[in-house]
Order: sequence, then C-alpha cells, then structure tokens
Amino acid sequence: MQIEPIMCQGLSFRYGDHEVLSDISFTVNRGDYVGLVGPNGSGKSTLIRIILGLLRPLTGRVMVFGADPSERKLRDRLGYLPQKMASFNPHFPSSVREIVSLGLISGRRFPKSLGRDDHIAIDKALDLMNISGISRSLIGDLSGGQQQRVFLARALVNGPELLVLDEPTTALDPETRQNFFTLLAELNRTGKVTVVLVTHDIGSIGKYASRLLYIDKSVVFYGGFDEFCLSGDMGKFFGESSQHLICHRHE
Amino acid sequence: MEMNVLDFLSYGFIQRALIAGSFTALLCSTLGVLLVLRRLSLIGDGLAHVTFGSVALGLVLKVFPLYVSIPVVMASSLGILKLMERARLFGDAAIGIVSAVGIAGGVILASRAGGFNVDIFSYLFGNILSIGWTEMYTSIALSVVVLLAIFLNYYEIFSLTFDEEFARVSGIDTEKLNRLIVLFTAVTVVLTMKVVGIMLTSALLILPAVTAFQVAKGFKHALVYSAVFSLFSVISGIFISFIFNLPTGAAIVLLNFLLFLLAYSFRRFGARRN
Repeated sequence: MQIEPIMCQGLSFRYGDHEVLSDISFTVNRGDYVGLVGPNGSGKSTLIRIILGLLRPLTGRVMVFGADPSERKLRDRLGYLPQKMASFNPHFPSSVREIVSLGLISGRRFPKSLGRDDHIAIDKALDLMNISGISRSLIGDLSGGQQQRVFLARALVNGPELLVLDEPTTALDPETRQNFFTLLAELNRTGKVTVVLVTHDIGSIGKYASRLLYIDKSVVFYGGFDEFCLSGDMGKFFGESSQHLICHRHE
Repeated sequence: MEMNVLDFLSYGFIQRALIAGSFTALLCSTLGVLLVLRRLSLIGDGLAHVTFGSVALGLVLKVFPLYVSIPVVMASSLGILKLMERARLFGDAAIGIVSAVGIAGGVILASRAGGFNVDIFSYLFGNILSIGWTEMYTSIALSVVVLLAIFLNYYEIFSLTFDEEFARVSGIDTEKLNRLIVLFTAVTVVLTMKVVGIMLTSALLILPAVTAFQVAKGFKHALVYSAVFSLFSVISGIFISFIFNLPTGAAIVLLNFLLFLLAYSFRRFGARRN
C-alpha cells in the first residue's frame, strides 16, 4: 500500500465554542500540487497547523506519510514556508546562509550540528533559489522577493518530499509573485515535490496547481480544475471574472 | 604607570571583580542578544526588581542573599512565562506584574525589619569590588553551565529566536527551550546584581546586544561582538572606576552606552559612504 503525503479523515477543530473545521476528509497524493483556498476565517491556516503538528484535532485523524504529524521522524520529509510578515523581524541580525541552515536541523538529535554535507546542501539550495550571490547579506537588507526566496531555500534545503506554504506571496509585487509561482511549479514538476499552497491568489493557483481544495469549515470542493470548471461553481465562489481567468488554461 | 597597573592587579578584590565581572559579562551579552531579539528586553529589569525583594528576604532571614535570590528569581521567571501563556498577557504586562510584586514584597520586608543597613545599597547600585570568593566561584560555575547549555543548543535557540513557529515545525521543543532561557536569565540577573546593581542590570543585558546589532553581519557575529563589547566595558569600567574613584556599575553602563553610540555612528557613516 502506498503511503500518501497527507490523509485527513473526519477532522474537526474548535477554538473554545467557535467551530473552525468540521468533518474534513481528503487525501493528497504524491506529486500533487494542491491549492488550498477559501474565504477569510474558513479554517485554512488551522488546517495547515494541524497537518504540521502544531495543533491537535478535536476529532478525526491526520496522517502525514502514514504517521502522526507530531512524530520527529517526519520532520526531515517536510518543508514549511510560513506567512512571512507574521513571524519575521526585519532587523534580525542574521545572514542568508545562517537562515537557510536552520532548515537542516529538523529531526536531528542533540547536540545538533552541521557537517560538510550540510554545507553542500546549503550551497545547492542557495543555487536553486538563485541567491548564492547574497548568501552573506543580512536578511533585513534584502527585497521582499529575495527574502521569500531565502525562506523557500530554508524550506527546501533538507530535500523535503512535502512542501507546505501558507500564503507565501502576500507581500510580493505581481512580477515577483509570478516568478515565485513559476519556481514552485518547477519544483513540483521536476523535483517531484508535493505542494500544498494556501493562497487567495486564485488566478495563479488556477494556472499552476493540479488540484483545488476549497474549504469553508468543511470541504466544499476537492478535485481537479477541469472538474471544478465544469461544475459551474467557479463564479459562485470566486466571482464571475474568475471563471475565464482560471478555466481558460483548461479549455 | 606599568607598575601601577601591576599593583592594581595584585589586589585580591580586583582579581575577584575582574573574574566574576568577566563571566557575568559573557552571560549577559549572550542572553541579551536572545532577549532583545525576542522583544523581551525588559525581563531583566523585571527580574532585577524581584531580586530586590529576594535580597531583602535574605537579609531578614540572615541567609546569604545569593542563595535566596537564585531560587526566588528563577521561580519568578517561570511565573512570567506562565502569565504569558495562561493569562494570555503580552510579555511586557507579565513582566510588569512580577516586577511590581517583587518591589512591593521587598519594601514590606524592609519596613517590617525596620530598615536595612548599608548592605542593601551594595545590591541596589552594585559593588563589584566587594565580591567575595563564594560569589566569584558561584559566578564561574553558573556561567559555565549556562554558556555550555547555550552552546550545545545553539541551532535550536537560533531557530526559536528567529521564528518560533518554524522552530516548532522543525521538531524543537520550544516550550522547554523558552523555560530554559528565562531560567538562565534569572540566574544571570542574580549574578549581575553585584556587578552593576539591581537598578542597572537590564542595561548590561540590553546595551552590548544592541551595540552588536549595529555592526554584526550574522547571528554568530552578533553573539561574538556582544560578548566582546560586554567584556570590554566591564573590564575597562573596573579600571576607570578605580582610577577616577567612580561608582563601578554606573561607569560600566555609561561605557556601554558610549560603545553603542560609536557603533551606531560607524554604521550610519558606513551606510552614507556606500
């Protein structure tokens, strides 16, 4: 039996009396590029936090590569790119190289240290993101697009099989955003990295993702874009103008 | 002059001050970097106020104040964390509560005891030249333990300081590490009270770190620069205060501020030239 990157069954979660997720079930297969969308407050970030093992579901279960998300052995198979602005101090005195190195300590035993192979992996990640030239720069001195490449390098440096991104393009200008999505698509296609991307950018997700997971406390739709376009629900969820924008490439 | 310096170094109290001061400087500078970056700079101030209460308790009980202060301030540091987690308070509010309770407790103890002798002033304003052998050996032992723990957990602490959520996803036990950092801070604050005094403890935590941030090109650099600035200020402060007959704690803090101004100007000048 093949172990899938993510399997959720009957998942529910609440903050106090406020129900955030209800009976969520879906499976993400290897090589999928899933766009996770939904209105504000629909539970997208909560679902991501449960998948990453940061929150425990009230009912139901989540399996990541067949294991509980809190298990240590999973850590080096996962890459995570959080919402940049929520957790980043722009004056932090750290070089690009140092930040990328943090992606390598996942799942390692005490005392954690970096060896020669790790430095080679860091060089590769910097090359992949085309940021080798700024590896000694301070993170705060970089543009928003460069910073996001650094964080993506940190998420990729350990060669993850599953990459989870939570609204990674919020602070980026349109051109940088476009480049970022192209890069992700490349990683998914050639690097065989399974991608789960939370976003409000339905135009870009329609262009690159293979599957759409639309939630609003529960799963409203999960499937391929062609199916979604044919269902006629696109306009209902994203506005009439999105119909052409998203479904065009599939026609 | 050379002879004078040798004479100066031959005094036992100067040797103890330099040794204890150096270890405390290293501790303050390392933890200061972590605390400032996590926007917990004032935890040193809050815990210093608790130290005042615990010193008062020690003097009332006629127990060596260091032995009372270390457990009391460590418990208070965990109290700050618990208030932040359980009572859903921001760090500054939690620090403010514990700080006020510490001072209030100290004042009540002082009034019940009918006032204190000159001892309390050596803790309030620092008197590094009065450090005894016990305090020196305690400083060395605790500093070595804390610095070794930070060295061995370097990547975990770096990850936690930079991005706590990412650290948790990386499998780091951030709750345990947070507890460890505030406990280390508690120990450091207690050890610092004789060096610069309870009133100025937070300066030795904050100033070397922010000075380092002006010139550092990375996290490791920041830790090293902070240590160098802190050591320089403490050692020079002891010399200067002895030569010019100035209060040592205040001299150390003002030297730190001078270093900060120099580093800030260096960065500004460098940025303009580029």
